[in-house]
Amino acid sequence: MESVVHNHWSPLLGRLWWDAIPQEPIVWATFAAVALGGIALVAALTYFKVWGYLWKEWFTSVDHKKIGIMYMVLGLIMFVRGFADAVMMRLQQAWAFNGSEGYLNAHHFDQVFTAHGVIMIFFAAMPFVTGFMNYVVPLQIGARDVSFPFLNNFSFWMTASGAVLVMLSLFIGEFGQTGWLAYPPLSGIAYSPWVGVDYWIWALQIAGVGTLLSGVNLISTIVKMRAPGMDLMKMPIFTWTALCTNILIVAAFPVLTAVLCMLTADRYLDFNFFTNDFGGSAMMYVNLIWIWGHPEVYILILPCFGIFSEVTSTFCGKRLFGYTSMVYATMVITILSYIVWLHHFFTMGSGASVNSFFGITTMVISIPTGAKLFNWLFTMYRGRIRFELPMMWTIAFMLTFTVGGMTGVLLAVPPADFVLHNSLFLIAHFHNVIIGGVVFGTFAGINFWWPKAFGFKLHEGWGKLSFWCWAIGFWFAFMPLYVLGLMGVTRRMRVFDDPNLQIWFLIAAFGAALIAVGIGAFIVQVGYSIWKRKELAVDGDPWGGRTLEWSTTSPPPAYNFAFTPVVHEIDAWDDMKRCGAPRPTGNFQAIHMPKNTEAGIILGGLATAFGFAMIWHIWWLAGLTFAGMIGYAIFHTFNYNRDYFIPADEVTATEAAALGQLAPAGA
Amino acid sequence: MNATTMDTMTTPPSTPAASPEQLTAAFYELEPHHHPEGASTMLGFWIYLMSDCLIFAMLFAAYGVLGGNYAAGPSPKDLFELPLVAVNTAMLLFSSITYGFAMLAMAKNQKGATISWLLITAVFGAAFLSIELYEFANLIHEGATPMRSGFLTGFFSLVGTHGLHVTFGLIWLFTLVAQISTKGLIPANKRRLMCLSLFWHFLDVIWIGVFTFVYLMGMLR
Amino acid sequence: MRHPDSRPNPRQTPVLARVLAALSLTGALSACNTVVLKPAGDVAQQQGDLVVMSTVLMLLIIVPVMALTVFFAWKYRASNKDADYQPEWDHSTQLELVIWAAPLLIIICLGALTWVGTHLLDPYRTIGRIDTKTAVAHDAKPLEIEVVALDWKWLFIYPEQGIATVNELVVPAGRPLDFKITASSVMNSFYVPAMAGQIYAMPGMQTRLNAVMNKTGDDFVGFSANYSGAGFSGMRFKTRSVTEADFTKWADGVKAGGQDNAGALDAATYLELEKPSENVPAARYASVSPDLYGKILNMCVEPGKMCMSEMMAIDARGGLGKAGIRNVSMLAYDKYGRAASAAANANPDAATRRELAWVRALCQQDPGAAPDNIVKAPANLQSLSGAGLTAPQSIAPKSVAFDNGEEHAAHSPLISRN
Repeated sequence: MESVVHNHWSPLLGRLWWDAIPQEPIVWATFAAVALGGIALVAALTYFKVWGYLWKEWFTSVDHKKIGIMYMVLGLIMFVRGFADAVMMRLQQAWAFNGSEGYLNAHHFDQVFTAHGVIMIFFAAMPFVTGFMNYVVPLQIGARDVSFPFLNNFSFWMTASGAVLVMLSLFIGEFGQTGWLAYPPLSGIAYSPWVGVDYWIWALQIAGVGTLLSGVNLISTIVKMRAPGMDLMKMPIFTWTALCTNILIVAAFPVLTAVLCMLTADRYLDFNFFTNDFGGSAMMYVNLIWIWGHPEVYILILPCFGIFSEVTSTFCGKRLFGYTSMVYATMVITILSYIVWLHHFFTMGSGASVNSFFGITTMVISIPTGAKLFNWLFTMYRGRIRFELPMMWTIAFMLTFTVGGMTGVLLAVPPADFVLHNSLFLIAHFHNVIIGGVVFGTFAGINFWWPKAFGFKLHEGWGKLSFWCWAIGFWFAFMPLYVLGLMGVTRRMRVFDDPNLQIWFLIAAFGAALIAVGIGAFIVQVGYSIWKRKELAVDGDPWGGRTLEWSTTSPPPAYNFAFTPVVHEIDAWDDMKRCGAPRPTGNFQAIHMPKNTEAGIILGGLATAFGFAMIWHIWWLAGLTFAGMIGYAIFHTFNYNRDYFIPADEVTATEAAALGQLAPAGA
Repeated sequence: MNATTMDTMTTPPSTPAASPEQLTAAFYELEPHHHPEGASTMLGFWIYLMSDCLIFAMLFAAYGVLGGNYAAGPSPKDLFELPLVAVNTAMLLFSSITYGFAMLAMAKNQKGATISWLLITAVFGAAFLSIELYEFANLIHEGATPMRSGFLTGFFSLVGTHGLHVTFGLIWLFTLVAQISTKGLIPANKRRLMCLSLFWHFLDVIWIGVFTFVYLMGMLR
Repeated sequence: MRHPDSRPNPRQTPVLARVLAALSLTGALSACNTVVLKPAGDVAQQQGDLVVMSTVLMLLIIVPVMALTVFFAWKYRASNKDADYQPEWDHSTQLELVIWAAPLLIIICLGALTWVGTHLLDPYRTIGRIDTKTAVAHDAKPLEIEVVALDWKWLFIYPEQGIATVNELVVPAGRPLDFKITASSVMNSFYVPAMAGQIYAMPGMQTRLNAVMNKTGDDFVGFSANYSGAGFSGMRFKTRSVTEADFTKWADGVKAGGQDNAGALDAATYLELEKPSENVPAARYASVSPDLYGKILNMCVEPGKMCMSEMMAIDARGGLGKAGIRNVSMLAYDKYGRAASAAANANPDAATRRELAWVRALCQQDPGAAPDNIVKAPANLQSLSGAGLTAPQSIAPKSVAFDNGEEHAAHSPLISRN
């Protein structure tokens, strides 16, 4: 058992010292690969002189569409990192039998599963859903941008800043070895004295600020910026789910912020929120973190429900069945998600009445969720289902998610939870809903809206390969975990002594390999489609869309709509098409738009440096960067010149160029 | 205000006799409606304030859980000096009133008066902070540090977070004074003044909660 | 007491559950050792049955939904031009009623099952029956076992027998077991899948578990089901279920000491044992200080520490005022690092020495009795059907004045009953 003591501190570098370089050959190899890849990328970008373009058109952009795409790119990069962690875990657990220690020591393995959870939730799934909401919502409600475009850019860079800190922890120091929610006392200074938990704290804290602000932004956008005529009950269902999601974000993330602050105070200032001694209460942490944590689950899944609704109705060529009940179901889920948090720790010793209360509220959530499933089902009923990729992902979701939902309700029965809590059954359950729901939803969404964002479809063959590898790989990877859970195998184990279990872990590892092929096929699909983009080019409305994003060009112009559409019905674009309203072709006017700004990326960069300084106790740098953030933010407020007009001529030219692509609505 | 309340549409969409021009007019806003600049700002700021309120809710909850855990140390009765806190409360409440006067002056477009009232507000705010720091310094000097017990942890965190908010309010206030001095009471600055006004009164409301639940009820415990 | 092994049919699952279990579980599943569904203890068996019953209940709706999904997807495929196509059809009040009512009905059933099951299988509730046929005798005294999760091993103290073991749990089959559970440093979860569901083990707090083993056997396993740091994987213990006679023999053997016996477990040996270690082999202690568990629970094994119970009693009286303000080292348990407080006690400076003297004057380092937060079950043979579920009765706390002893209201660090 190795126990390295890190007690070096210097005023200049804080705790940063040579011992911060991990003593793991695997990490060195990764570092070499990342460094070489990074150098190659930087060299290529420099050689092709795209830095200026990236800076001007992307990094400083306040265009919600570009920010949305940047979120998706960030999510994908982090998703691959998180998946690499998953593969390492599967390999270790399939290996460490019959006295073998596997190939990962405890220090490394414990970081891997912690990083996997944190990255997948905060830096893959969250950017995915935020990316979709950013890209799609303003287009769906007929707006030209979000309410606070600069804030949107700033939110993105805060999220990216958190991701950078997590990635840094791989090569400098360590990540937390606490599990993704870092329960004290284990995450307290007494039991996690070095930088791992601090990386966790600051990465989440900084990214959390970004998420919260983006929530505020999107609520304002949906409430204030809808096209004329679009009352709440005429909003596209994805926008509805986005609204509920952002309400959840605004009502849940402050809790995370507060809890992280408390843990920070405990670790940095010897406070007693969650300590064993001096009257602290670790149970309070578990409660508070799950008061954020449970709504977080719905923050991830609700937008995906929205995606599936749009996809189902589009590809069935049919109105969504039960729009109203869908909306109410979403709202009910939003509210109920706040009164179920205790089901994450029935085993902490609450009384039977408390446990049953939270168990039953949890089950009640399955009623609106079930209603949603039926609504999709009856949207298919008497439809004309086109099995394009988004629809295939949706059907796979419906078949997968139901199983995950069922095991979820099962875990909500407290006595059942006593035997299954923290077991691999639980792991199988939440991967069943998160992969079946969020990941499948993300792929459905990417395949669905890619043509809108880039003007060409994704290649179908590679997409199908990716789909089948994922759909089958998922069942191979996680059904064995259900079985293992019933065999009493608990999570986060590094070595096993019962040889009978190995076969199941081998099957799971095979499933993970299939999923890896699925991810690879997806990457090829994207690359191949970019290469063949001429052949795959589409017009503004490639799928026979129903909502307003399909009424404009693909990709949409910076201002989204030359003339704001007026809404009379649910499925506004479908309505326009049926009425055959011709698109206005002249008399364009200047359009008022926000200007790009570098404030977001500068503040994000300062936040990264600040987080790094806090993690390593480099107090001078922390002070400097903190003052820098405040100072720069104040400086930014002195800039009143934040918008400009796109001249009418330019709009006319853009629209004329798009004329060929835009089918007249009546066609 | 709300885009949806602007009813530009008059023609029913599916009237069979509608001409293409009529249909275009029914489905597109040919005369762009004016989006008042910063129309969403107040709503957005309200939403932010509510989220901030939740942070305080968590701190109140933590104080509620830990407030009785003195760890064989001092309790509120041993530490709090109500007269001092009463003076402190008065400072903050006065600052809210003077901020109100600043807003009245703003409404009348009196730049000088607005700035003067803001500065008076800042004086009260600074007085509040000074008294709070004095109280903290005394406690820490006596050894009643936040490290001493769960109760003191909860107390310092709740009151200190409020104090930090006031500090940021002051920084913001001075920034606004500078901006009003240079740019005048332009719409953007007025909007910012209204946001700060919300923030400042919000801190007042929180303080009333702190005063009641922490100080008064602490003395009664 | 009847010998559990003498019964021809050790336990009788409700017929419904058995039929449904057979229906719902695949061959693959029954081929492997799914201990959660086929445990050796009555409590775990009821929990496992509940897993099966709930699953079956939900399959009533899951199966049709999945079948319909596939059927609709096939029937309404775009290439099937014969199928109905009604693009405007988006509402049906009857259907809406059905799709909300069907899940609701299932949840009502499941909710009722949950309410009853949760109360009956509350780990704090004494068990009312040994198995489906045998009620617990009124005068039966459960075997008390005190469990401490250490870094990274388990300590079991048998107060009645005055012995202790590390990483080895031996229980008599057929006798009610009453576990009192705590931890020394971080959160763990005490779980013997063959016996009963898990419950967290938390430092400074006590959780309870009531269970019984119905079969004898040597190769049951127990472990921590909540990740607790580097040595977590090796935090496993062998669990043996033996006959009452064998148990007595075993306990006497441990008491007698001998070659492979670790001797006496007192405060000093405990403090040594408590230090982090991994993959620890089983050990047996011939004797154990009677107040050791109480001191572990109250975090005052180390000399010079104030017990949590004493601290809480003082706090309930309003604290020690400013006079108590500087007394820190007597309260420090792990806040300044695992080893810091021990070091302070070993080499006390003048201030600490003064304080230690003061502690001794102030408190006896007597943990007192932990509040008894058990829920007393009536002897009852009914299983999950809930028929005859009698309201549980709380036992009033015996010695601790500040705890009101109600089932859920007690929120003191000593007992995790939040």
